Amino acid sequence: MTLLHLAILSPFLMAILVPFIYKFVRNVHTGWFVLVLPVTLFVYFVQFIPRNMNGQTTISTAEWIPSLGINFTALVDGLGLLFALLITGIGALVVLYSIYYLSKEKEQLHSFYVYLLMFMGAMLGVVLSDNMIVLYTFWELTSLSSFLLIGYWYHREKSRYGAQKSMLITVFGGLAMLGGFVLLYLMTGTFSIRETIGYVPAIMDHYLFVPAMLLILLGAFTKSAQFPFYIWLPDAMEAPTPVSAYLHSATMVKAGIYLVARLSPVFALTPEWFWIVSTVGIITLFWGSFNAVKQTDLKAILAFSTVSQLGLIMSLLGVGAASLHYDMLDDNIFTVATLAAVFHLINHATFKGSLFMVVGIVDHETGTRDIRKLGGLMSLMPITFTIAVIGAFSMAGLPPFNGFLSKEMFFTGMLRVMEFDLFNAQTYGFIFPVLAWLGSIFTFLYSMVLVFRTFTGKYQPEKLEKKPHEAPIGMLIPPIILASLVIVIGFFPNIISYSIIEPAMASILPTLLMEGEHFYVNIYMWHGWTPELFMTIGVVALGVLGYLTLPKWRRIYNLFPEKLTLNKAYDGGLKGLNTGSERLTKFYMTGFFRDYLAYIFAFMIVILGSTIAIKGAFSYSFDDLAPVGPYEAVIAVVMTLSALTIVFSKSRLSAIIALGAVGYSLSLFFVIFRAPDLALTQLIIETVSVALFLLCFYHLPEFKKVETKMRFKVENFIISAGVGLVVTLIALSANSQQVSDRISNYFIENSYYLAGGKNMVNVILVDFRGFDTLFEVVVLGIAALGIYSMIKLRLSRGEEQS
Amino acid sequence: MFETILTVSLLILAISTLAFVYRVVKGPTTPDRVIALDAIGINLIGMTGIISILLDTDAFLSVILLLGVLAFIGTVAFSKFLEKGEIIENDRDQ
Repeated sequence: MTLLHLAILSPFLMAILVPFIYKFVRNVHTGWFVLVLPVTLFVYFVQFIPRNMNGQTTISTAEWIPSLGINFTALVDGLGLLFALLITGIGALVVLYSIYYLSKEKEQLHSFYVYLLMFMGAMLGVVLSDNMIVLYTFWELTSLSSFLLIGYWYHREKSRYGAQKSMLITVFGGLAMLGGFVLLYLMTGTFSIRETIGYVPAIMDHYLFVPAMLLILLGAFTKSAQFPFYIWLPDAMEAPTPVSAYLHSATMVKAGIYLVARLSPVFALTPEWFWIVSTVGIITLFWGSFNAVKQTDLKAILAFSTVSQLGLIMSLLGVGAASLHYDMLDDNIFTVATLAAVFHLINHATFKGSLFMVVGIVDHETGTRDIRKLGGLMSLMPITFTIAVIGAFSMAGLPPFNGFLSKEMFFTGMLRVMEFDLFNAQTYGFIFPVLAWLGSIFTFLYSMVLVFRTFTGKYQPEKLEKKPHEAPIGMLIPPIILASLVIVIGFFPNIISYSIIEPAMASILPTLLMEGEHFYVNIYMWHGWTPELFMTIGVVALGVLGYLTLPKWRRIYNLFPEKLTLNKAYDGGLKGLNTGSERLTKFYMTGFFRDYLAYIFAFMIVILGSTIAIKGAFSYSFDDLAPVGPYEAVIAVVMTLSALTIVFSKSRLSAIIALGAVGYSLSLFFVIFRAPDLALTQLIIETVSVALFLLCFYHLPEFKKVETKMRFKVENFIISAGVGLVVTLIALSANSQQVSDRISNYFIENSYYLAGGKNMVNVILVDFRGFDTLFEVVVLGIAALGIYSMIKLRLSRGEEQS
Repeated sequence: MFETILTVSLLILAISTLAFVYRVVKGPTTPDRVIALDAIGINLIGMTGIISILLDTDAFLSVILLLGVLAFIGTVAFSKFLEKGEIIENDRDQ
């Protein structure tokens, strides 16, 4: 345990304290105490930047389950540090924002901050773990705490629905990811990600390599809301706005991005990785931005926008994998995609966080988030409006904000796919810039809708619940900080390029760097009259045109049938799963014993019979058999006749008597085969049990006591004949394959000398194997007590007497 | 010679048992069946005795005694059942 481990686990420790603080310090908002922690952590993690700039990484291991190779190895490299800074930095801002957003009197603050701190710790653990199992543990903790946070207002039905949906989808992906990790472990024998990278050349052609990759990607795609798993994110908007800002824009949804970036060195050399990651990303980008335009709820717009931006980053990571196919760093034109991914990751966290907070302010001050009711808030909320403009213009990719820079690089990366000369990229690569460009137009559109439909236009005070006014200053500080970051990074992108972006790129593409080499990361605002710039101009032109004519072409959204949406598919699938399994259960769980017995015996026939057939186990030999005497033959005939009488008898009484006859002939067999003790016992037991059967017969209820012959059913006949046949075959085979000697000689020789008894059966029962007898005595005792209590104890007698 | 006699007597006992079984199955009234069952029990005693001689052992003599007791108890129980409708009366409870 080092300070680093303590830093990762400190949110959990803090979460233990929060309820006590909430209980005993009631007059101060609990959030103020919580705020200290992320600020401290942020400062702590900032100290790692100089080390990482020099290409050093910090590793420290705490043993957890060393025998299984599961150790809590904390690794701070460029990528992990970037995420840790995002998590703690935006975490601090979100906590500050929530202090003003959540009311001290009305809300269950202790739950909120406990969940939030759990989430923060889990997220730190995800990004700073080198061990895959530890990573998975923290990963599931993020799912769990996200579930709790989405369902924070648990009395609302939609919150519960959203929480359940996000839980089902992300946990589904998480489990798939665990499967992928286990497959990797099977190939490499280590859970450490760094060591796995070293094994990659050896396992590239392993038959489990691609399955492991697909499973891990499933986990990353579900978490990061990629197509078609994005559907949980819009429903997660029922969470309080600070949660949406923190989890569903800046941190948790980027866990999948993190995973893809982290495992790029492992998988990125396969064509599957390149195609799946980049195609899914670009489709998500287009589909998310296309759908965002039709939303009327501000948070829904932001949710789809997050989906689309995550798709952008994901596709850039996929395209960046192309760079690994060229060993040299010089002239490696594909690294720009990775650079753009990292850069946009930071930019997205800043502007999306501020936009969520803006939306939260609007919601808080007007009581609605519906853009059809909003409008003309510009003069009432000037600061909020300014922040919104900065955030939305950055999101749309307009200069001079940071979104412009990363969008230009995004276009560059997408255009260069066409130059990639592997995996048919030159044939199909044109899809990427086209979809990217279309997606950017829609991005521009919804960004404009977000700002101008909310803040300009006609002011409609009659539709608002409250009289809107500017938010309190504490609520404005966090978005102001984020918005100023947007501008600062926009104007001076290079302040983060070497300190943060370059080490992060080095973590994503470690194999490209020679000893002491650095990526050349320099971001220019102006890079000449390039195709990218013309693409941006086209986006703006078409976007403005589209925004102005929006009411006219909006109805194309109605063309898309409601029945075919993924939400319908999810709801229908869930319902179908429920009704289907219910129907299946009702189909075979009939409640009749005869059905269950039929299953049991049928399976017995199938399993034993197929084993005999497949293994060729059946054999018989008549070598060692004793001769059949006349008495045995006669008794066998009697026994068979009695057994047939049981089956074919018309009345129960004759069946009982025939059963007794079977028992008595069995005792005669015991006599013939020289087992006097068995014969004695069998006689008495048979008498008693026949008497008991007669007792049962006599007490049958009067009505329906019609004695009918047993009905003949073909399936029952087949099953019973099959069981008899299988058991006979097994007995024959077992008897013919006597491999070991009998141990009875030992008893014959020793029962008198060792135990002092001449009756060998009784010596075995009470001396050699006395334990069995003890417990059979216990069985009889239990049976007697059970019968007694069943007869005497009639708890429900009162109801029966009515 | 001795063994042949024993075998023949065993055969005769078996045939008579079969005849009793016919009575048990057919026997128009329940008392007929009860008497037939009792006789089968006694026949079984005889058969066990002969088999004991054939096998040259005295291990089955207790079986003979037990059969006698059981046959008696069974017959008495059946008779009581036919007479009174129940076998063990518990007047004190009522």
